Amino acid sequence: MKFGVVVNEGPYTHQASDTAYNFAKAALESGHEVPRVFFYHDGVNVGTRLAVPPQDERNIQKNWTALAQKHEVDLVICIAAAQRRGMLDANEAKRQGKDADNIAEGFRISGLGQLIEMGIQTDRLMVFGD
Amino acid sequence: MADNIKKFLYVNRRAPYGTIYALEALEVVLIGAAFDQDVSLAFFDDGVFQLTKGQNTEEIGVKNFSPTFRALGDYDVTKLYVEQESLDERGLTAADLQEITYEDEDDDWAEKPSLKIVSRAELSDIMADQDVVLSF
Repeated sequence: MKFGVVVNEGPYTHQASDTAYNFAKAALESGHEVPRVFFYHDGVNVGTRLAVPPQDERNIQKNWTALAQKHEVDLVICIAAAQRRGMLDANEAKRQGKDADNIAEGFRISGLGQLIEMGIQTDRLMVFGD
Repeated sequence: MADNIKKFLYVNRRAPYGTIYALEALEVVLIGAAFDQDVSLAFFDDGVFQLTKGQNTEEIGVKNFSPTFRALGDYDVTKLYVEQESLDERGLTAADLQEITYEDEDDDWAEKPSLKIVSRAELSDIMADQDVVLSF
C-alpha cells in the first residue's frame, strides 16, 4: 500500500514526529511505499539542521534524513509554515535577504500543493498531530 | 468525473485564535481548491467558534481571518458541515454564525447556504465516506 504521511507538530515537544517516523519506518520495512512525508505547522521544525539534542537522546532530524536516504522518501517542508518559523533553504534565504539557511539534508521546501498531491496519489493519508 | 477526484475533508476542531491551527488549515483549503477535488469542511469541538460572526481581534494583535470563510464559495468550496452538538455544548446557535453562501452554477447561479448543521451521527457518516481526512 502507498502511504502519505503528514507531521503537524514540532520535534521533542510533541510525540507526533516520533510516531510518524516509527510508522513510516515500519511501513517501509514491511514492503509498503511511503513516497512523501509532508511537514506542516510546527512540524516544519523537524527539518532544521541546527538542532543539537543531547547525545543520549534520539536525533529526530537525523533519523528522518537516514530513512529518506535509505528508502528515497521525499521529505517536504511547507514553505508558508516554514517562513513564519524561520526555516529557510539557501535559495529562500538569498531571496529574503537573510544571512543563514538551516534546512537539513534530505529535506526540501515546497508548497502546500505537495500535500494535496500526496493525498490524491496515495492510498492512505496518515496525519500525525495533536 | 475523472478517476482521480477524491473526497477531501478538512476537519477543524480548534478555536480560531490561541493557536495557529485554524489559520493554517484555511491556507491548505485555499491552495487545495486549485486541485479540483471534492472538498468538504467539518467544524466541531471548539472549531465551531471559527465560524462565529462579529469576530474582532484588534486587542490580541493577530489577523482576523474569519472573512475568508465567506470567500470560499468563489473557490468552489461549498460544503461546510457544522456539528449541532458542538454548538449546543458551547451555548451557540446557527444565529451566532456568519452567513456563508455560494452561487450554484447548476441552478442559474442561485445563492445558496454553504453551512449545513448536522448531528454528530451524521457527521460521523460524512467522515466515513471520505477518501482523505486532514485533521487540524
